[in-house]
Amino acid sequence: MTKAFQKLVEKSKAHLEQIQSKPRVRISIDLSGLAAGALDILNTFKDEVSANKLDVTISEVGGLGLNYAEPLVDIQNPGGPRVFYNNVTPDQVPSLVREHLIEGNPVLSGAMAVETRDPSLDIPTLTELPMMKGQVRIALRNAGHIDPSDILDYIAAGGYNGLNKGLFEMEPSAVQEEVAKSGLRGRGGAAFPTATKWRFLMGSPGPIKYILGNCEEGDPGAFNDKGILEGDPHTLLEGMILAGYATGASNGIVFIRHGHDTPIERTRKAIAQAYANNLLGENILGSDFSFDVEVSLVGESYVSGEETALMESIEGKRAMPRYRPPFPAAYGVWGKPSNINNIKTLAYVPEIVSRGGEWFTTIGTEKSKGTAILCLSGTIERPGMIEVPMGMTIREAVEKLGGGVPGGKPVKLLQTGGPLGGVLRGDKIDIPLDFDAMAAAGAILGSGGIIVGDDTVCAVDLARLLVAFCQYESCGKCFPCRLGTTHLLQILDRICDFKAQPGDLDLMRQLGNDMQVGSLCGHGQLGFNPIKSSIEYFPDEFAAVIEEKRWPTKNYFPDFFMPDRAKRNQQTETFSSLRRA
Amino acid sequence: MTSEKTDFRTTIRQSLTATQNGTVTILSSLLAVEDLLGYIPLEAIEEVASLTNSTTNEVWGVASFYTNFRFTPPGDHVLEVCWGPSCHILGAQNIVKEVLGTLNLQGEGDTEDHTFTFKYNTCLAACGQAPVISIDHQLMGRMTPEKTKERILSVKATGKKGKRQNG
Repeated sequence: MTKAFQKLVEKSKAHLEQIQSKPRVRISIDLSGLAAGALDILNTFKDEVSANKLDVTISEVGGLGLNYAEPLVDIQNPGGPRVFYNNVTPDQVPSLVREHLIEGNPVLSGAMAVETRDPSLDIPTLTELPMMKGQVRIALRNAGHIDPSDILDYIAAGGYNGLNKGLFEMEPSAVQEEVAKSGLRGRGGAAFPTATKWRFLMGSPGPIKYILGNCEEGDPGAFNDKGILEGDPHTLLEGMILAGYATGASNGIVFIRHGHDTPIERTRKAIAQAYANNLLGENILGSDFSFDVEVSLVGESYVSGEETALMESIEGKRAMPRYRPPFPAAYGVWGKPSNINNIKTLAYVPEIVSRGGEWFTTIGTEKSKGTAILCLSGTIERPGMIEVPMGMTIREAVEKLGGGVPGGKPVKLLQTGGPLGGVLRGDKIDIPLDFDAMAAAGAILGSGGIIVGDDTVCAVDLARLLVAFCQYESCGKCFPCRLGTTHLLQILDRICDFKAQPGDLDLMRQLGNDMQVGSLCGHGQLGFNPIKSSIEYFPDEFAAVIEEKRWPTKNYFPDFFMPDRAKRNQQTETFSSLRRA
Repeated sequence: MTSEKTDFRTTIRQSLTATQNGTVTILSSLLAVEDLLGYIPLEAIEEVASLTNSTTNEVWGVASFYTNFRFTPPGDHVLEVCWGPSCHILGAQNIVKEVLGTLNLQGEGDTEDHTFTFKYNTCLAACGQAPVISIDHQLMGRMTPEKTKERILSVKATGKKGKRQNG
């Protein structure tokens, strides 16, 4: 261990001791927690603690992923058990403060779990909870446990160990080889081997080369990239610096959508702290490697998550895909060689380097190593974010960890891999989480979003929503996508108005085919997927709407509301008239 | 040029130079203006063009591409309803219907008295709490049409302007 890092580790140990000497309250403040009202809980705790003049550390942590249990709070007195309280309301806070913090007696009625088994308490441990059981947490190892705004919390949890090892015990090529050995494949959707991608960049000339961390994550139903940045932003930074070291890159850019404040603020804070501790900047930890990272924000545009559109967006332009070749490794952002990895992919790297590629291969399947980070939502008992080993079946993830559809009803359909991933019928979910097995079954793991639909959901209505999304978000560069998605939506609209015309299904297939061959990026290429898969799996429902002119299930929305781009352009009219005046 | 107009330009210019950290581009500058004002006025288009050494046409091209930008001041409060598939399955359409009825709107836009602006959001990223809405950038999950109406009325009753109007 280098002296510089040794010093940081000692500082973090002292920090940890100091934290542990006082009672600590952790409150999950992530986007999901905020939506559940966690801010009220945080403020009530702060008020109660100051009213009682207590010396307590209140940490705003990221989420454990147990969205169903939010607002989630855990309390630990020095030497006492760490107790998790679920679905906390502001009224509960005074008694939690009085009984647990002041009197030292955990409030059993509201407690969901303890961190480690405590014989005096009849409460399951965290890992025994149905949603935690079976999880293997690598990228999410610290989320919900450490304070994401404190670098010392991360170092105390073993953070930056991998970086220290990489920089001082390994050549750059050895870091790349370790990742190659691990079999890590990209988690953004394409599942391309990460080490191979890095090798392309290694071969490109410097000195300015970029590592781009993609947290655009526009897929509705996926929030795991943001979840990592909210819970543990340093693990991304460490992965990014290691990627930079391996490939000889000079700069990193974390790409996040404007408006998602918690991931943005925590990443920015983490970057500032990394600079302050010489983990970023010139001669990191005294080595001869220098690396800079900044956050780049993007406006609302789904296509900006596509790797070349992303680069346009970083350059401040409209997020429209570029032609390839030249590929990003030769001509990327600002014309410099660039490598784009998903946040999840980079978040695995610190543990791979620190524990060895071999270790990573012990988790997962033959060709899909490691874990899958899934976001469960829709009609599901326990929505949230889980990290499970590859190879687990989708059914197990959805039904065992997620608890299946409330009331024990069967899963009718799943929408996976973002809106373009299409739908999967409920009886097809016994396939393992494995890139190749899923592709063979016609499904996409993609970004890891899994939206569950019960038997009330109408496949035709859902297909219309997904196509509406594709139409609304088409960037407009390729006309088969721009006009194709618009035309598809018009046809689905008239089908849903019970005014289907003969041959509408064939016309949609033809359009889908044209979009696939005539579009530059996945948006147009896959834009027909939602309809294709819906027709394939639920032909009866289409027949009911088209031929019998009736809705087959009760969850449908004939007055379909969606944003109207043309309406937005009326604002443009206002603007031009201003200008003329 | 009146001094009020000069002040407005100065404020915009300051937000462009002072609050931006990192690489300055057309997009980053527009986002900074949006954070400051909640919309992109004509003056900002010109200031961004001059700062980034580009034409107003180029700036305008970027501003009209990203769906978060608007070009007139928004209402006092901005209400967003997520229309992603998780929220859709759990009833977001009914919430939109309620919002349009309560605010007397036909679609996205500002109420007549300019107290509210309604817009859709493709994903507010709290899918586990679907259906989700946000008022003045504050997320609210597990919503129903009734709860949404209550929230709108209670925000209206406070009479205060929203803290931030971006997003």
